[in-house]
Amino acid sequence: MQRHRSRAAILSTIFMGLGQIYNRQFIKGLIFIAVEAGALVYFIANLGRAFWGITSLGDTPSHLEKVKGITKMVPGDHSIVILIQSLITLMFFVLFLIAWFMNIRDAHKTGEERETGRPSNTFKQSVRYVLDYKFAQSFLLLPGIGILFFTIMPIIFMIMLAFTNFAAPDHIPPARLVDWVGFETFRNLLVLKSWSHTFYGVLTWTIVWAVLSTITTYFGGMLVALLINQKGIRFKGLWRLILIVPYAIPQMISLLLMRNLFNGQFGPINQYLGYFGLGGLPWLTDPFWAKVTVIMVNMWVGIPVSMLLIMGVLTTIPRDMYEAAEVDGATNYQKFRIVTLPMILFSTAPTLIMQFAGNINNFNAIYLLTQGNPVNGNYQYAGSTDLLVTWLYKLTLDQNKNNMASAIGIILFIIVAGFSLYNYRRTKSFKEEDMIQ
Amino acid sequence: MIIGRKLANFFRLSFSYIILIGLAVAAIYPALWILLSSFRPGKSLYSKTLIPEHFTLDHYKELFTSPVYMFGTWYANTLKIAVFSMLIGVVLTLLTSYALSRFRFKTRKTTMSVLLILGMFPGFMSMIAIYLLLNQFNLLDKHLALIIVYAAGAPLGGTLIAKGFLDTIPRSLDEAARIDGASNFGIFARIILPLSRPMITYMALTQFVGPWVDFIFAKLILRTKDNWTVAVGMWDMVNTMQNSNFTLFAAGAVLISVPIMILFAFLQRLLVDGLTAGASKG
Repeated sequence: MQRHRSRAAILSTIFMGLGQIYNRQFIKGLIFIAVEAGALVYFIANLGRAFWGITSLGDTPSHLEKVKGITKMVPGDHSIVILIQSLITLMFFVLFLIAWFMNIRDAHKTGEERETGRPSNTFKQSVRYVLDYKFAQSFLLLPGIGILFFTIMPIIFMIMLAFTNFAAPDHIPPARLVDWVGFETFRNLLVLKSWSHTFYGVLTWTIVWAVLSTITTYFGGMLVALLINQKGIRFKGLWRLILIVPYAIPQMISLLLMRNLFNGQFGPINQYLGYFGLGGLPWLTDPFWAKVTVIMVNMWVGIPVSMLLIMGVLTTIPRDMYEAAEVDGATNYQKFRIVTLPMILFSTAPTLIMQFAGNINNFNAIYLLTQGNPVNGNYQYAGSTDLLVTWLYKLTLDQNKNNMASAIGIILFIIVAGFSLYNYRRTKSFKEEDMIQ
Repeated sequence: MIIGRKLANFFRLSFSYIILIGLAVAAIYPALWILLSSFRPGKSLYSKTLIPEHFTLDHYKELFTSPVYMFGTWYANTLKIAVFSMLIGVVLTLLTSYALSRFRFKTRKTTMSVLLILGMFPGFMSMIAIYLLLNQFNLLDKHLALIIVYAAGAPLGGTLIAKGFLDTIPRSLDEAARIDGASNFGIFARIILPLSRPMITYMALTQFVGPWVDFIFAKLILRTKDNWTVAVGMWDMVNTMQNSNFTLFAAGAVLISVPIMILFAFLQRLLVDGLTAGASKG
């Protein structure tokens, strides 16, 4: 009595929807047939070219050719356009395979139901079933497609670039072709003197920056929160409102503004120093002072966030813990060390790690303020305050060293993602989320 | 003993007030300075006094009338892009966070981890790919392109925080509604949506501000001047003229910041909740 299920499954394998029609689910069957018909038209035109494109990356460069005695420029293959077109086609193909597999499974299942004598679902019932039991999946479909095309596909594309020689001056389409080169780019980055010197230099500064900027804003914010929260301080709301101002100004504006404030020649900061008879400092033009400046400005931008966060935590610490400490005769400092600090650290630890990860990638703070400058003569296309992110931005947009930029991006991503994932998998929300209720 | 403690208390408070005043000055000064600069006649960054001797609104007028700076157009562009990407982005984020919070399915935890990791990818790493993709669909230099990309990226940033919030809405409410015969859509619309108003406001705010100030991506996509957003325009202003017309930049900066500051002031409470929701509940 296995006739129905295997027959339906085989029919659906041969052509999507046939099994459904065999199962007398006509509307569903027709939809599937339409899907396969559309897909066939598309794939016959594109799939072969996609496989060719992704393996060869094109084989005729643009060149001059004599056509009827006149020399003309003949456009050749544009490797990068070919790569992305192939990628899009292959992604559609994967989606199609998934749909095809689901269609077979559906036919098989419905066939099985018929064998046990149950009537197959009508179209209405099928819709009803999806809405009741496959709700989450269908809800996730729309955002999923967006993420697939605008996040995942670009990431795959960038990872692939790291294994090509897509870089100025010799391999920029359409004039030239791009080829696969395997791990050569990574080898150059990590071993070749000219690149590795810059890479390790920038990596060191990136980590120093991430540590310093996270610590300064976090403890700065804690200090401010504790100051305002002290017993006896009046106008708490007002202080908070004033200190929150830097947070409310869009970062882009405040950083461009700071760039003017710290301007060595015209900037007001040096002007004021001049009033006090002090010489101005080369805030943004000296490598050391530029680093100090970005850290300071980042404190200005970042402290309000930590302040808000920690104020939120302070309100959740039970009063009786302090009362108990007072009964034991604890001083203010002891109360802070034994009660407040551990409580704050405990509930903000995940945020702290996330801030650290975010600072590794803090493009705005550096690029808008210094653009990575001052220039460092020993570096390949990087300045003294460049982070890995801003360096890779310059390599891509200014220098066209796309393969190198992608390789740096991959390394950067592994570092940051490692941190965040480790962090997230340990949080309550992931492990025991059902406990909250 | 008591006098000693009172004295110590007095010193502690005075000292705290001094620090707070210092911090408050440091927090407000740059903002005040740019505000006052925007009213100052002339163009220079340099000024003898903080408070200008004369006040003028010329810079604001110039922003909107000058043929070189199309500030009005930029402002309208930005508003349009920010509003639409916020609306679509919030809907998408709500869909994902609701599905992840309320339904248990096989690939759920993987989905959550993947979302988190994808959000960590440096955005402009994928810029070239998105640029080429948009080129394929003939969307370059169009606002629609920015809206699509911002909205599609929204669930990456907001889903996990929103999910943390939805987890705190008691499941018993859903179950009660289900017994009364509500469908999944019904529960979403009648119970989840009204109860998550604070979270929605928070998401809307962050997803509005993002496009409002983003310049990296906008700069790449928008090529013609009358399609620019304010962020691109302001960046261009600072970069091409450096310090030659600082007061005009100041006026533009004020116009960009004020709406956002007003929003922040109104939604302060919510922001704190949003931040702490991210912290204690992950």
